[in-house]
Amino acid sequence: MAEDLATTPLHALHLELGARMVPFAGYEMPVQYPSGVLKEHLHTRAAAGLFDVSHMGQILLKGDNPAAALERLMPQAIVGLKPGRQRYGFFTSETGGILDDLMVANRGDHLFLVVNAANKAEDAAHLRRNLFDLAMIEVENRALLALQGPAAAAALARTIPLPEMKFMDVAVVDTGFGTLWISRSGYTGEDGFEISVKKDHAEVFARALLAQPEVLPVGLGARDSLRLEAGLCLHGHDITPATDPVEAALTWAIQAARRPGGARAGGYPGADRIAAQLQRPVESLSRVRVGLLPEGRAPMREGVEIFEDEAAEHPVGRITSGTFGPTLGQPVAMGYVTGRLAGVGTRLWGELRGRRQPVTVAGLPFVAASYKR
Amino acid sequence: MKYTEDHEWLSLDGDVVTIGITDHAQEQLGDIVFIELPEVGTQVTRGDEVVVIESVKAASDIAAPIDGEVIEVNEAIVANPGTVNEDAEGIGWFLKVRVDDLSQLDEFLDEDAYKDLIE
Repeated sequence: MAEDLATTPLHALHLELGARMVPFAGYEMPVQYPSGVLKEHLHTRAAAGLFDVSHMGQILLKGDNPAAALERLMPQAIVGLKPGRQRYGFFTSETGGILDDLMVANRGDHLFLVVNAANKAEDAAHLRRNLFDLAMIEVENRALLALQGPAAAAALARTIPLPEMKFMDVAVVDTGFGTLWISRSGYTGEDGFEISVKKDHAEVFARALLAQPEVLPVGLGARDSLRLEAGLCLHGHDITPATDPVEAALTWAIQAARRPGGARAGGYPGADRIAAQLQRPVESLSRVRVGLLPEGRAPMREGVEIFEDEAAEHPVGRITSGTFGPTLGQPVAMGYVTGRLAGVGTRLWGELRGRRQPVTVAGLPFVAASYKR
Repeated sequence: MKYTEDHEWLSLDGDVVTIGITDHAQEQLGDIVFIELPEVGTQVTRGDEVVVIESVKAASDIAAPIDGEVIEVNEAIVANPGTVNEDAEGIGWFLKVRVDDLSQLDEFLDEDAYKDLIE
């Protein structure tokens, strides 16, 4: 493996557990353990999976009213976010594109952000450049673990004193593993937690979780199939600086207060463009993110072009994520199609190895979320 | 049993060779979820992409290691691709080819040479 790859505090544990390691976003990360992607995926939906997501960026924003400041960079209502709560959002570009998607937590007198590994350096630079009146701290001394699945809460409660939390709550908890920063959220569609733990305690904490009978270690392979079945976007693939939130079908994440006519409308990069897009009927958009279900068993992966009929010359869309969905037992995909063809049930064609095969526009998520709201 | 550097195994019976992928190959691919086999009667040339395998991670093509005619394919692995993960060098075979020129088999690896390759 290339020597310039970073490692997480759980690297030795991954090797001990027999993980297959791959380069991902500058880190050497476990793609799967010996049980394999299918079993890891199904186990997470049935019991609980432990994921090392320490490659993701953890950022603290402190200073005078950081919520109001952050609203200058995001179309989300951060000011209205209550202490102890977290919200999904994204940084937008001047043209309304999505620079990155992230979680923002209100921790009373400051904010805690979790951003994508591949974008964390750019995100930090973006924050530093634009919010120079705030203190921005890139948290370097903590690992991040995700414990996901219907048994996650029971397994975690046996390991630490777990406060009562519901979906998207955050808490700071003193434990035998040091002070943990916990959120009840994740990237699988299942109930679960993301837990920030000091590096020195990370391995012993991970071992304590793995000692619970419900918990199996799960790699990036199953993390991808789980999030895709849950209809969750992967930045750099399903959403990029070239796609805006309306095309990306993420308008649910733009609160009324920030939309035209709202109390704090606009005031973020690309606001005019996004406001204009919000007015347009879906049918008139040049492209819209949709779920796609290929017929048969062959997965249609990123890059597969979508056509309106079997003989059409020009594509009307493209797959941005696709794999075999273990819970559904069939291929699942996400991609963009022209707005007029974005209705659920529309039958289209995907070109796979030179042959056109039927694919149907489907509602997202493919697997219903089981969050504890 | 003979092996190719592309992680296929070949087992010769008369002028018919049975072809599959090695246990090492299935392990590298991970959970196999889709297999497409050629039609019986297809005339193949060495290097032709004859089989498509999709694992949860990626798609791979398997090239014909020899020239000949496909006389049988293993439909059971199309219905249940996981069979190849379970028994790649047994009931998870892919296809049988009537070989045009048996001398093409001479250059393949024996078991020891293949083990050296993957170690």
